[in-house]
Amino acid sequence: MAATPLDLAKIFVPSPAPETWLVILPVVLCITMGAVLATIRKRIHLHAPLAIAALALLSIIDAALLYRVATQGPMTMVMGRWLPPFGIAFTVDVLGALLALTAALVALAGAVFAHADIDTNRRRYGFYPFLMFLMAGVSGAFLTGDIFNLYVWFEVLLISSFGLIVLGGEREQIDGAMRYGLLNLVATTLFLIAVGYLYAISGTLNMADIAAKIARQPSALPLMTLATLFLAAFGMKAAAFPVNFWLPASYHTPRITVSALFAGLLTKVGVYAMFRVLVMLMPGALETLAPLVGIVATLTMLAGSIGAIAQSDLRRALGYWVIAGIGVMLSGLAIGGPQALGASVFYMLHSMVVMTALYFLVGLMALRSGSFDLKGAGGLWESSTLLSAIGLCLILSVAGLPPFSGFWPKAMLVGAALEKSLWWLAAAILLSGFLITFAGGRIFLLAFWRAAPAAIAPARLPVASLAVLAALAAASAAAGLWPEPLALLAQTAAHGLLDPDTYIRSVFTEPRP
Amino acid sequence: MIETPLILLDGLFFASAIYLMLSRHIIRILIGVALLGNAVNLLLFVAGRVTREIPPVISGDTLPASAANPLPQALILTAIVISFSFFAFLMVLGYRAWQTLATDDTSGMRFAEPADDAPPPEGY
Repeated sequence: MAATPLDLAKIFVPSPAPETWLVILPVVLCITMGAVLATIRKRIHLHAPLAIAALALLSIIDAALLYRVATQGPMTMVMGRWLPPFGIAFTVDVLGALLALTAALVALAGAVFAHADIDTNRRRYGFYPFLMFLMAGVSGAFLTGDIFNLYVWFEVLLISSFGLIVLGGEREQIDGAMRYGLLNLVATTLFLIAVGYLYAISGTLNMADIAAKIARQPSALPLMTLATLFLAAFGMKAAAFPVNFWLPASYHTPRITVSALFAGLLTKVGVYAMFRVLVMLMPGALETLAPLVGIVATLTMLAGSIGAIAQSDLRRALGYWVIAGIGVMLSGLAIGGPQALGASVFYMLHSMVVMTALYFLVGLMALRSGSFDLKGAGGLWESSTLLSAIGLCLILSVAGLPPFSGFWPKAMLVGAALEKSLWWLAAAILLSGFLITFAGGRIFLLAFWRAAPAAIAPARLPVASLAVLAALAAASAAAGLWPEPLALLAQTAAHGLLDPDTYIRSVFTEPRP
Repeated sequence: MIETPLILLDGLFFASAIYLMLSRHIIRILIGVALLGNAVNLLLFVAGRVTREIPPVISGDTLPASAANPLPQALILTAIVISFSFFAFLMVLGYRAWQTLATDDTSGMRFAEPADDAPPPEGY
């Protein structure tokens, strides 16, 4: 047989343009820095400055990436230069870049806050390396354009979060980690099953390719079963109602910085994946599933906001508020359309910042009053006015009251729900906001306004931690007072999901047969 | 026609995994998790077609129609590594839980969520 000369242009994409390296840099940076930190574990004093510098750099890279995709549309880089759909593609659109940037900023805040919260012993067991690997997983999940690769990033962030949750090895942590680990493992296994079936029916793993194939023949493929499987898997990751019980059982057990990072980052990755797969890949199936998603969203909101009322431990109350926020994001998925989805994306950004800030707040409150429990709390108004002011801002923000960042997305969601005459969904959003206001008001009453039940020697609050908390609260206030740029970006992100034409064209430069 | 028995076997795998995971004892749940991982791997494997000795290489212009798809096997390889490392981690965690909490029974593991947790104060 004569050897036929291979035309390399049919196998490889031409050399990538220099700016496409931005697509992969966040992941490269996080993995490299995580590995470096793990190798210098004897020089523990270098960990914090290096990790903070790396996360600051990550934020800058993500910001540059967001600027690029917001001005010029989605950007793709294929690993090994194999032509898509054969190589693993990283495709970044506005949604992915926006979430990656917010996640990087939240992680940066966490790394600074950890300086006072995580002691040397826990650092020696690898807090900062785990944080970097966690960010590699989170960034990878937001930026990848390949669904099996998305599964791999899920596992990367999951195994790093295992490391973080057991850090210190206290009894409560082992107990919480057991539930967290087992249930999340089942969730990702469900995800893997769904990916396997998706490959079996579509013959590709590239999300742009899948979206194009399904759009061409929407009714020929058995997508309903698959969409339901994906909904169950991501719902479990995101802690949506019937499968939310692992979250309040585990999120309060690790150090408060770790809880804050989990609350800000992990469940949102689940919601992001749900949006990406259900809205972009299977819009037809989502239309049929929308009433079910609506019911799940309603119950999630109510379960979260009612559950928080029954908690005396502040960290556990926050765990329920995380769940309530997930319900609000899912309601956008149930309503559908660019306005509601944009509002959901906006709410996701708000929730990442505000939930992290609330955990930080509770950490500082406990530092002042000696415990996380409401029963012995009190006297914070007298001992720290600044902390009380920030606390009030954050409680109003999480409840969705103006002028903070929670208000606008909720108002947009209620508007969109009423437009589609889903009055019960709108009512649930408002009712859950009211219940959160009630629980938050009670926290403020008991922990801040009430006189201290016993004389406690007030601990000094670390300045850096307080500054980080104030910065996050200021970000929430700024987004509430000047919501237009964020709302517009979120709208663009939603349009990118609903009409993935530019996303597909960024992967396949020429039309495929 | 090796697929049919493999599919039946896979169903058996899933059934036993779910049965074991419904148990109250951590060790049984862990064995269930290990079985579940294998069940999924087998599922992916069967989805990629099971054939013998037909390499998935394009000779001439076409791929033999009966060749197995190599990609699911690459997926399985990844999934095996991941599920094995998770299982190893969870097994160590389970052993540690048994040492620290002195129980293997999930209904006795009430350290993170104490059963006698009183509600928050009702007034000032």
